[in-house]
Amino acid sequence: MNSLILSTATRLLLPLMLLYSVFLLIRGHNEPGGGFVGGLVAASAIALIKFSSGLERARAALRFDPITLVGTGLLFAFASGLLPLVAGMPFLTALWWDQKIPVLLKAGTPVLFDLGVYVLVVGVVLTMIFALSEE
Amino acid sequence: MISGFALAVAAPWLSRIAGKHGGNLLAMLPAVLFAYFLGLVQPVTGAGPISEITRWVPTLGVDLSFRVDGLSLIFCLLITGVGTAVIAYTGAYLASHEQLGRLQAYLLAFMASMLGLVLSDNLLALFVFWELTAFTSYLLIGFKHHEDKSRGSALQAMLVNGLGGLCLLAGVILLSNIGGNTSIVALIGQADAIRAHPHYLAALLLVLMGAFTKSAQFPFHFWLPGAMAAPSPVSAYLHSATMVKAGVYLLARLSPVLGMTPEWVGIIAPIGALTMLIGAVMAFFLTDLKQILAYTTVSMLGALVMLVGINTQESMAAAMVLLIVHSLYKGTLFLVTGSVEHGAGTREIGELGGLRRAMPLTAAIASIAALSMAGVPPMLGFISKELWYESSLQLALGGIPLVAASVVANGLGFALAGVVAYGVFFGKPAHPDPHPHDPNFAMSAGPLLLAGLGLVAGLFPGLLIEPLTGAALTAMAFDASHYHLALWHGINPAFALSLLTFALGAALYTGRERVVANLGRLAGMGRYGPKRLYELSIQKSLAYARFQTNLLQSGYLRSYVMVVVLTSVVMVGLSVTWDKVQSIVVPALDVRLHEVLLAVVILGAALMMARIGASLAAVAALGVVGYGVALMFYLFSAPDLAMTQLSVETLSVILFVLVLRSLPEAKSLSSRSTRIRDALVAATAGGLMTLFLLIVLSEPFQSRLSGYFNENSAPLANGRNVVNVILVDYRAFDTMGEITVLAVAAIGVYALLKMRKGEGGSR
Repeated sequence: MNSLILSTATRLLLPLMLLYSVFLLIRGHNEPGGGFVGGLVAASAIALIKFSSGLERARAALRFDPITLVGTGLLFAFASGLLPLVAGMPFLTALWWDQKIPVLLKAGTPVLFDLGVYVLVVGVVLTMIFALSEE
Repeated sequence: MISGFALAVAAPWLSRIAGKHGGNLLAMLPAVLFAYFLGLVQPVTGAGPISEITRWVPTLGVDLSFRVDGLSLIFCLLITGVGTAVIAYTGAYLASHEQLGRLQAYLLAFMASMLGLVLSDNLLALFVFWELTAFTSYLLIGFKHHEDKSRGSALQAMLVNGLGGLCLLAGVILLSNIGGNTSIVALIGQADAIRAHPHYLAALLLVLMGAFTKSAQFPFHFWLPGAMAAPSPVSAYLHSATMVKAGVYLLARLSPVLGMTPEWVGIIAPIGALTMLIGAVMAFFLTDLKQILAYTTVSMLGALVMLVGINTQESMAAAMVLLIVHSLYKGTLFLVTGSVEHGAGTREIGELGGLRRAMPLTAAIASIAALSMAGVPPMLGFISKELWYESSLQLALGGIPLVAASVVANGLGFALAGVVAYGVFFGKPAHPDPHPHDPNFAMSAGPLLLAGLGLVAGLFPGLLIEPLTGAALTAMAFDASHYHLALWHGINPAFALSLLTFALGAALYTGRERVVANLGRLAGMGRYGPKRLYELSIQKSLAYARFQTNLLQSGYLRSYVMVVVLTSVVMVGLSVTWDKVQSIVVPALDVRLHEVLLAVVILGAALMMARIGASLAAVAALGVVGYGVALMFYLFSAPDLAMTQLSVETLSVILFVLVLRSLPEAKSLSSRSTRIRDALVAATAGGLMTLFLLIVLSEPFQSRLSGYFNENSAPLANGRNVVNVILVDYRAFDTMGEITVLAVAAIGVYALLKMRKGEGGSR
């Protein structure tokens, strides 16, 4: 399936969608958005490459094996829970860093947790899409 | 105790580096603990119990409160003392076995749990350790895990004990509810109130279930002989000296709380006596040394339970002494059996005889132990039997059957002591191994020590046994100030009964072959015992499980969907009552035109999806439904949900398309009647959901939560989007679970698809 319109559109849409997904992730704490939706948008972006230029291109664009992303996301989320344990607080207690960072606004373990959700969702969706497309 | 668990973890590693001295090295721990507990004898008998409390799960009232009194001290000394002998013995017995380290790890872990069990003052903690002993016992019985028989026996022991354990848990909870406390000491203070409580009998029966399964009482006795699939030292330790006595311990421990009632005596004593008789009679017909010992153990456990059931000061004293004696001689005899098998190649009594020349040390040890088993003076066994008879004779008329049963069981025990010691080591030489030999020092030292203790304690009962049993009686709320033990009690009815026992035993021993030949046919009746019931119930439950699996898990997606939907309809439907339906307040309709249009679009798309033939078109219709719902979310101010729904919908359409691509074109396969059935199920589910929502909405809306979240989200969690803050902070643990499920699902899909490729299928 090679459609000129689709591949041109993809080239334009791809950066926008990826940027939008990160935007959703970061702003999720104060406005509608969050890791889950952000991850879904990012996954759709990669799926778009798959449909316009084929599976191999999509894999190359992602760089990581999606299964690895699943594990990494879970690890991030889990690590965000473990950090407070080190500080002597219950598992998954939110820890916040006092300094404000320009873009992220605030840094703390829930941000890491959300990032974990984001990465995992990208991984889960793409694992399924890739596995199904291979047939 | 902690040192036990810690060393258990390190044991496999230690035993590898220490090589052939590993067993002796590991035996140091129980030996040191034994010395420690021995050191506690003086303070405990003098000044009273010592206790120490650590809070564990304070919300449930579970404390790790340890308390050393006379009763626990007897058990501690047995556990660590026999443990020392057994662990050293195991090191030599299985020296060449590659998994020796694992076995010793189990043994140490068992020892630690058993110590925890007898030291806990908290009922719930006691239960935890109780289960731990059952668990380690499972591992030990199944040690030869490559043999079917071992695995079967282990499972059987686990299931029987598990049943008892669950009953015990219920009993313990009931008991602590009645008494309002989980501490045994505190419960003893309220014993009168507990005995008068209407739930007393239920609590008693549940606790008894626990104790009877653990101590192999009729009708649960069959698991114990089965447990003999474990290596000999394990049998010596768990299934004769310590674990099986946990039931007796529990009864003795709780006797001041639950005892002294007609129910207690009337249930426990007869069951104990019955078990005692059955065990002794069955042992009499067997030819495998280990099986004989197993059934005599069942018999003696019955005797112990009976004595605790009689529940007088004398019977309790007799039980304590019998407990010590039995652990000493039976532990020894099991170890000796291991040595005989090791040195002479078999455990069949028919093939053994005259081993005393080849195995002089083992023969000596076995003889001492067997004399104690037979209850011949001056062994400790004699003292215990005298006490036993005395306490049963004190009973009124009802005691006569118990006395008679005791004499018969002891007579059989006497004959069997003759079989295991005299028959094997004296008489005509016979053995399959051409060069029978005594085992090495590590294997002889333990049994020698245990057997020797039985002799010394018999000669000087005042030295160690008297203060210990005295303190144990105090622990069971008896006044032990006039309590005194002696080897010689003078010529009295008990002594006469002892003489009668010897005569009966000697007669049975000499006539054994003739009796067995004549009555051997009857032994086949064992097939119809409770063991058969156990096997049947296992078979039936497996068959039922298979039937249920076939019914519910047919492998067709459509039936799974049906089962899930129907189950939720029934479960939810059960909670909807008529007065709830009547209380529904239909909300005032205030709809805009675009909302109505949206609803029409959603409904239309759903209908189209159900009616349409082509699968791609159906997917598109499904997408329309999804987008419509997303729009609905947006209209009713849930932007987060709307956004997520929109993305999810997009991706699921993509996934559907990918899946459908590789499926054949959809055909109408279902008949008209199935369609009607499906429509009915769908309509019920939808209707019920609507009803349910209406009911929920009719309840006055009270939510302190949303107010709390709204107020605290920004200051506490640094986020103004409450939905997201809930997801990643307040309820992060839930989210964690959900993403884990997602991950598992992804791996599942991946694995299923890859597997099909691996098979070379190209459908």
